[in-house]
This record gives sequence, C-alpha cells and structure tokens, in this order.
Amino acid sequence: MRVLVTGVGRYLGAHLAARLAAHPRVGQVTGFDSAAPPSPLREMLDEHRVPVVTGEARDVAVALARSGADTVAHMGIISTPGVGGRAAMKEQNIIGTMQLLAACQVSSQVHKVVVRSSTAAYGASFRDPGVFTETTPPSLAPRGGFAKDVIEVEGYVRGFARRRPDVITTVMRLAPMVGPQAETTLTRYFSLPVVPTVLGRDPRLQFIHLDDALELLVRAVVENHPGTYNVAGEGVLVLSQAIRRAGRIAVPIVEPGLGALAALVRALRLGEFSHDQLDLLVHGRVVDTRALVEEFGVRPRSTAEAFDDFVRGRGLHRPAFAALRPDTVEAVERTLVEGMRRLGERVSRPADPSRAEVTR
Amino acid sequence: MTRPRKAAAAAAGDGPTVRRRRPAATTRRPSEADSTGGANGHRGRAAATVSTVAAAPEVEADNGATPGGNGATPDEDGVAAARSRPRARTDGAPRANGRRPAPAGEPGGPDDAAGADDWPERVADLLAFLRRRLTGRYEVDEFGFDPELTETVFYPLLRLLYRHYFRVEVIGAHHLPTHGPALLVANHSGTVPVDALMLSVAVHDETPTHRHMRLLGADLVFRIPVLSEFARKSGSTLACNPDAERLLRAGEVVGVFPEGFKGIGKHYRDRYKLQRFGRGGFVSAALRTGTPIVPVSIVGAEEIYPIIGSITPLAKVLGLPYFPVTPLFPWFGPLGLLPLPSKWLIEFSAPIPTVGRAEDADDPVVVFNVADQVRETIQQTLYALLERRPDPFS
Repeated sequence: MRVLVTGVGRYLGAHLAARLAAHPRVGQVTGFDSAAPPSPLREMLDEHRVPVVTGEARDVAVALARSGADTVAHMGIISTPGVGGRAAMKEQNIIGTMQLLAACQVSSQVHKVVVRSSTAAYGASFRDPGVFTETTPPSLAPRGGFAKDVIEVEGYVRGFARRRPDVITTVMRLAPMVGPQAETTLTRYFSLPVVPTVLGRDPRLQFIHLDDALELLVRAVVENHPGTYNVAGEGVLVLSQAIRRAGRIAVPIVEPGLGALAALVRALRLGEFSHDQLDLLVHGRVVDTRALVEEFGVRPRSTAEAFDDFVRGRGLHRPAFAALRPDTVEAVERTLVEGMRRLGERVSRPADPSRAEVTR
Repeated sequence: MTRPRKAAAAAAGDGPTVRRRRPAATTRRPSEADSTGGANGHRGRAAATVSTVAAAPEVEADNGATPGGNGATPDEDGVAAARSRPRARTDGAPRANGRRPAPAGEPGGPDDAAGADDWPERVADLLAFLRRRLTGRYEVDEFGFDPELTETVFYPLLRLLYRHYFRVEVIGAHHLPTHGPALLVANHSGTVPVDALMLSVAVHDETPTHRHMRLLGADLVFRIPVLSEFARKSGSTLACNPDAERLLRAGEVVGVFPEGFKGIGKHYRDRYKLQRFGRGGFVSAALRTGTPIVPVSIVGAEEIYPIIGSITPLAKVLGLPYFPVTPLFPWFGPLGLLPLPSKWLIEFSAPIPTVGRAEDADDPVVVFNVADQVRETIQQTLYALLERRPDPFS
C-alpha cells in the first residue's frame, strides 16, 4: 500500500504521515503541501523517510502520479487561516480539494480516499437537535468560514464518490482536538488564566484526543471503512465544567460584546476566533459516535478523559496558572468538615456523653 | 484507545443505572459519586481521582457514622437509595436506615435526634457538592442534563412552589412506568411554562424510582441566554423528532406539550379548551419507538397569569410569540410577575400502548387518530378535574 498524505505542513498531516510510514502494512508514504513543513515536523518526516512534495494545488496531480499512491489521505483542510489569511485558507481548502479529487477521479491506481472533515459542518445554533448523527443536515447555514469550507468540501467528496463508486471513500468528521500536543485556538483558549465565556450560555462541548484522532485516521487509511463518521470522544463537558477542570476562572461577557472581544484578541495576536468558534461557545455541539465505534471497533477516549489528559499534559494545574486547583478545593473542604465534626462533638458531648465516646 | 468491550459496559453505565445511583451520592456520599464518576467519565484517571479525594469522604463517613455503624454494611447502597428521596420529603418520616442508632423508644425520639444530629452531615453534603461544582467533577449527559444540579438546586426550589404555593395534588401516578420509556403528553397553559416545571417535580416525586422527566421545549427557549442553560441542565432539549426518539430509545420519560404557544398563550376566556395539536410529531415518535403515551391533564396553570390581551407589536419587536397582558402585568411591574396562587391538580391517565406499530409512524391517518384519542382523553379529564375543583383558589 502506497499512500499520499496532503497537508503535511501541519501537525495532523505530518503526524499521520509519520504513523503511516511506521505501519507494517504501509509501504511508501509521500507528503504533499503548499509549503514546506516547519522544522520539527520536517525532522520527524525525514526520520520516517517521508518525502515531501511542495507545490500549488494543481501540482497535486503530478505528485499523485509520481508517488504511485493507491491511497490518498486528504488532511490538507485547515481550520484556521495561516499566513495568507482567509483567502489563502479558502483557496487551499476548496481548490486544493477539487484538484486532488479531480486527480483521483482520472487515476486508475487510486482505490481509497480518506478525507479529514470536521463536526463544524453541522454548525451550531439554537434550532439544532441536541445530538447530531451523520445524517443530520445543519438547520441554519453556518456562518463560519471553516464550516462553509467543510460543507463545500464534503459536497465535492460526495460527487467524487458518486462518479467513482469503485473507490472506497471515507469522510472523518473530527471534533475539536485536545491533548498535550494539540495546539489549536481552543487549547490556547483553555490555557488563558481567565477564560471569557458568554453570559447565560454554557455550551456542551465534545473533544477528541489528538492521539485517538490520529489512530482512527490510520485505521481509516489502512483498513476499509467507506462512509462518513463523526469522530469524537463519548460524553459531554459543558464549558463551565471544562474551565473548572482546567482550574481556570470564567469571565462571562454579554453576547453583543463578543465580536468586539474576538477582534481585540485578534489585534493582540492572542489567537484567532472565527465565527465557527464563537457559535460553538454560544450553542455548543454534540455528535453521535455510535457509527464510528461500531464500524472501527475501537472507542476513543471520552471527552472528559481527553480533556483531563490535555489539562495534565499541559500542566494547567501548576500553581502559577491555576486559580482553582482541585486539591486546594479538596483541602478546604476537608478542613471545614473536620472542624465541623469537632464542633459537632463538642455540642453533643455534654448532652449524651456515652454516645460521643462511641463515636470517637 | 480502550477496548470496546469494557468501554461498552461503561457506556451502558452512562445510562439509567448511574443516574439512579446519583441521588444517593448527591445527598450523602461523595465518595460514591467520585468513584462512579471516575469509572465513567475518566477511566484513565479513576484511581488517581479516587485516591486524592478519598480523604474527604473518610472524614465525612466518620462524621456520619454512628455507634450502630452499618455505614459499611453491604446494604449501604440500599440505604443510600432510601435516602435519595429529597430531604424535604423524608423529614418527619421515620427513616429506615441505621444512621441514627437511637431506637424509636429512646428519649427524644428519632426526629428530635435528627434535628440536632443531622446538620454536620448536611453541611458536609453541601461542601462536597460545592467541591464537585468547583472542580468540575460532575457529569452531564449528551443533552446537557445535569442530574446533580437538578436534584440539589432546582427541585428543592420548585418544590416550595409545588407544595406550598400551588398545593399540587397528583392523581393516577401509578400510570407512570417506574422503568423504561414513556411519552407524557400534557395540556399547556399559564403564559409562562410553570406547568412544565411542576410536572417534572410531580414525575420525580411521585415515581418510586424518582424519574426525571425530559421536556421537549420550543426553539425560543434555546435562543434566550440563561433560560436556555436552565432548560438544558434540567433535562430539556429541543422539540424535534431526532431528540425525542433518541431520548425514548434511551428509556427516558419524555414530556411534551403539543399545543405549544397556542396553548400557553391563549386568552383566559379559552381556559381549559385544548388547542390544536400541530402535526402530531409526538405520536410518530411514540409509534416509531413503541413507547406508551400517557395523557396528562393539568388543572390550575390557567389561572396563574390570566391573559386578557397581547401587545402584538411589542411581541414582534421582541421576537416573542405574544406579549402577555394580565390583570397585574405589565401594570404593576415586578408585582405582575407574581403568579396567582391557584390550586393545582395533575392527573395521569391510563397509558395508550403503541408497541408494534412502528410502520404506522408515517401514516397521517393513524397519527391523527392517535393524537385525537390523546387530545380527547385530556379534554375529558380536564372537565372532570374542574368539577372536583370548583374554586380555582380554594
């Protein structure tokens, strides 16, 4: 099995390529991206002997033909604008996908295509059902750029699957990824000392552990799992709960002030909050993962486990950063309960000495 | 990655079993809450979590333990379950557990002892609750339902209204299944959905298994900040077929008000006249999942905020279905928000079975027939209940 992995310039694509290269059932792995990977990723890819082809979107056809790949893992769908801003992001997501699928369609050697998608495709609104299954259409068109891209990309993939029914096509809708290594807007958000939230909103969130996401993507490439799958950890954390688990303090902000705050965050270069993420922090999003578990036969870490691992791995509980550490809270509780018990004994002893004795 | 088999068991535990244990945990035993939470929510860390919190529960167990000391006997779970009833209910009733060793004959009597003895334990419960809240060590289900918060905070507050203000009387509680799914279909009234809240208290307190009713709410509810989170945390979700069927398949008791805004926002002169039942989506959901439909008739909610008019332009500006004018609102400002203390009766009628009729779920004739049957049952029951309660404020 020879694999072409797109999007190796970013964490997910590079690590998938490295894992695939190490997999016993996979032969040659070739990476493709519009720009060369940054040095740590570059070194990892070199170590696993993954050659990287860089070029524009239309160059993917040549890269595909030269690599001799029979399987394509399309990870080149980015959720946050990079250097080129939103225009470049859209270019890469949409044109990149169209060019790749066009190349696959005319190729006689490609027999499997795995596409990285996102649960952002469902949008987030108050009119949505509580839990999305793979077949639920979004009730309102999402207003975030990434969500729009993802919907469009999935449309092209469906068209491709229709025209080439002989090719196994898998779409993996990934929930927001967390983990000690994950570096996303959301992980930076939870690392802030005080976390801005939306007043009167406590959205339900779901995460997938980065390692589990990679593992499932490897399986999607190596095994045959045609179809569309929600990839998320079971269970739910509400935002306030997640913030407390991370030992942070929430600062509620009224909904109209949200756009201004996002602009401020952008101006201060603290991160990039898109409409996708703002809507997520207002309405939340939960997906059904039954299809994934049944088809892949494995169960990724639950949302809570994944998040706790992220909190531990990042050392978010370190004293300097945590406002409310769980052990501090427990110690306070213990002291209070202990003090109360003593007080209770003192009160009850004169009244009933024999009893107090036994209690002690 | 975990092995699917073991994880599947844990997932199954996510359902009713854990939830049934929870009340016990919330009222008394944080150690148990933490261990179930650990087993379920964060398996990987379970051991660590339990060991770090172990100290607090020990102290507490010490505190609660008594010379009689069956604190550690095997029937503890049963004891805890018995205690899971809300305190306000059990207060005054002799308790069946061995927490207080004093036999009934001992001077002072059991209840006397309770008053003096109970408070450290109560405060400990409260502290444990606060600790779980502050550290985020609690669980919500996929719809955002937070059973601990609901039982510890929401229900006790609502129970004050339920018992002392509206003096709710429940008839036919035996029609509520103790296990498995049921679809409660009720009449809707009262300008503000207080009837839905009172119905959830009734379902919780009148079922021996203390079931939580999962309400299906209008999208308006989920658009409004604060309200939307209160709704989600108390177990509501959007009234749509995917959510309804998902909850019913999970074996939950689901409550629905098919009249919607037509019912809750109707003029006072139309009180106790059932409005149209929409498309009957609830019937389809019940047929598809084979869930019995329990008609519920609520008398009393009509009088709490009698609507005598609606300021339509204002409602349009605010994006509301109506802007109510009652004898007190908006004339008397905040005073107008006070509901009138009507006397409430809630009757659960015999369930309408739907097993084995999944193929009828898309047949409009069948759906409308069943909807009419439910509607007729509720309407007739309402008339009967009104005869029992001639004076709304008795």
